[in-house]
Amino acid sequence: MTLDLNFVLLTAMIVSAVWAVMTRSLLMSAVGLAVTSIILTMLMFNLGSPLAAVFELSVCAGLITVVFVSTISLTKPITRCELKEKTKNRIKRYWYLPVILVVLFVVLGFYMVYPEINFLGLYPSNDVRDVMWKLRTTDIMGQMIILLAGVFGVVVLFKERAKDDE
Amino acid sequence: MMNDSANIFWVFSIFTILLFVCGFYCLMVTRNFIRALIGLEILTKAVTLLIIVAGYVSNRMALAQSMAITLIVVEVVVIAVAAGIIFGIFKKTGALNVAKLRNLKG
Repeated sequence: MTLDLNFVLLTAMIVSAVWAVMTRSLLMSAVGLAVTSIILTMLMFNLGSPLAAVFELSVCAGLITVVFVSTISLTKPITRCELKEKTKNRIKRYWYLPVILVVLFVVLGFYMVYPEINFLGLYPSNDVRDVMWKLRTTDIMGQMIILLAGVFGVVVLFKERAKDDE
Repeated sequence: MMNDSANIFWVFSIFTILLFVCGFYCLMVTRNFIRALIGLEILTKAVTLLIIVAGYVSNRMALAQSMAITLIVVEVVVIAVAAGIIFGIFKKTGALNVAKLRNLKG
């Protein structure tokens, strides 16, 4: 693994994430998030996890972007008047950032002084199918329940909306 | 080798923390529901990356990949349900502003 390439990819990922947060247009934010996902996929490939990378690319960069774009197009965009007001108050909200960064670097500096990291092995097998279906069987059940909960949640939301329309 | 792994872990950790701060900051300052969801997504991406890097440096890629896949599944469900809730709120209040949801305020 080349650290230089990963460094470039990591920087690009941070830039696209910051762009997604800072841009005014919600649609551009969604696009920025998709770009972040794509760069994360590249990093995952570089780190030797192709299965998770494919999931990330198809689900996060594809499906979630579609969900975001549909939600944005179904809801009302911000008016010009509101946008002007927002831009006025925009500067006021940025005072958090230096405080967070200072706290962060103090904490990071503390950990840099004591860099003992204990990498514990949990399971001897290195086959993803083996781990997924044998070690994490209970977790798979949990995933199924979460998926079903999500599906039922969306169904209930749309059902109530249909009643409201009547 | 161990030293190299530790270096990789530190480089990735620093970028992951920056990504986490970016998402957290978005959650803190925004009043728009969709943008808050985008912040949540960025937080999840940071966690996914950290899981993969932890798997890489500890040479347990299979476990890390399965964890990342679980995280992605949970992420999709959360985003889908949250998008539905946001749409419902928009139909009720006519806005995507968090400040307009004051009905539950004590």
